[in-house]
Amino acid sequence: MNITATLIGQSITFLVFVLFCMKYVWPALLSVMEAREKRIAEGLESAEKASKDLELAKQKASQQLKDAKEQASVIVEQANKRANQIIEEAKEQALLEGQRIKSSAQAELDREIARAREQLRAQVATLALAGAEKVLARTIDPAAHNDMLDKLAAEL
Amino acid sequence: MASEAPTSIEYIQHHLQNLVLGKLPAGYERYDGSVIASDTWTFAHSSKEAFDMGFWSFHVDSLGWSIFLGLLLSVFFYRAARKATVATPKGFQSFVELVVDFVNNTVKDIFHHKNRLIAPMALTIFAWVFLMNLMDLVPIDWLPQAATIVSGNDHVYFKAVPTTDPNITLGMSLTVFMLMIIFSIREKGFLGFVKEYTLHPFHTDKWYVNILLIPINFVLEIVSLLAKPISLGMRLFGNMYAGEMIFILIALMFGAGLLLGVFAGVLQWAWAVFHILVITLQAFVFMVLTIVYMAMAHDVPDEQH
Repeated sequence: MNITATLIGQSITFLVFVLFCMKYVWPALLSVMEAREKRIAEGLESAEKASKDLELAKQKASQQLKDAKEQASVIVEQANKRANQIIEEAKEQALLEGQRIKSSAQAELDREIARAREQLRAQVATLALAGAEKVLARTIDPAAHNDMLDKLAAEL
Repeated sequence: MASEAPTSIEYIQHHLQNLVLGKLPAGYERYDGSVIASDTWTFAHSSKEAFDMGFWSFHVDSLGWSIFLGLLLSVFFYRAARKATVATPKGFQSFVELVVDFVNNTVKDIFHHKNRLIAPMALTIFAWVFLMNLMDLVPIDWLPQAATIVSGNDHVYFKAVPTTDPNITLGMSLTVFMLMIIFSIREKGFLGFVKEYTLHPFHTDKWYVNILLIPINFVLEIVSLLAKPISLGMRLFGNMYAGEMIFILIALMFGAGLLLGVFAGVLQWAWAVFHILVITLQAFVFMVLTIVYMAMAHDVPDEQH
């Protein structure tokens, strides 16, 4: 248990090991550990960012969905309105067309009646004369009585 | 151990003697009565011979084990450093990084200056001192017996735990002490260094009083300065020496009958378990104190003197 030169030997040995550690061990290990630390920190950061992005995208998607639904409902409503309008218009047009057809038919009818009456009027003198001729037989002078018969026909 | 059954005192003394390589002067009477003709480098065969070899002798066992363990450590750490990758650490690398991270955090907590030496030194101290202390857990007779068998000499001394040798612990604290002074002078300048030990702790505004106070300050400060390396080395040595001493005393009980032998076995186990705590703690304390001393050396006092 004497103090000997071992003391000096150990001092030098210690210093050598410390220097070895300082040169070859510590920087290599620490740089690796720091690099990993940095990498992990970056990974965490990007994960956080990604989750934030996801949240944002979700919000955006739901917003878009909502907009689309609103738009669709608006469109449907418009379509309904338009359909009703079209039906109304068609009804109106049909009514008008019906009336038009009715009135033209009426006019045609009136015209036909007038024409028939005209024809009848034109022939009534002849018919009356023929009848009277038959009744009176030769007593009638067609020239003398034609005037009177024309007056009669005009009264018809 | 000697072939004839040694007494308890001989056994203890045997275990507390290092294997000393030193020079014996011409005309010296050896342990067996022979007288050597000329100056010889040889191994001491008794405590007296070891003592007579004086300062310039070497404790081959402590120094050998400490260098061997240091080399082992360096190789392990070097391999870990070489193979280290940024990818997920596995197995050995993970363990080494755990230790490095622990040491690094401790250094960061205590030492706030820039010095590339401190952290690697702390790591070396922690791991190396721990390994040297760990030798204490090897059953105390194994390595000496092995040494006896290898050397074929009953008288060969062998102490396996380097940190139970004050030369080893004081040797390390001496290096720490020297670095402390070097860094102190580098940080504060030589004048600042001198001032620190002459104008503290007593200081007045009058210069002539200060001159009178210089010797008092110097004595006080030099004592506290010298106490640092000595307490640092001695604390580790004392703890490990006491631990080993208890192992030796327990080992003595093995030879004292079956009942005491079993009891000794239980005691040995219990003490070894407790000792795991002690060796780790002492390695940690040595490291922390070293960092603290280094931080003190770097601390430039704010006040002007």
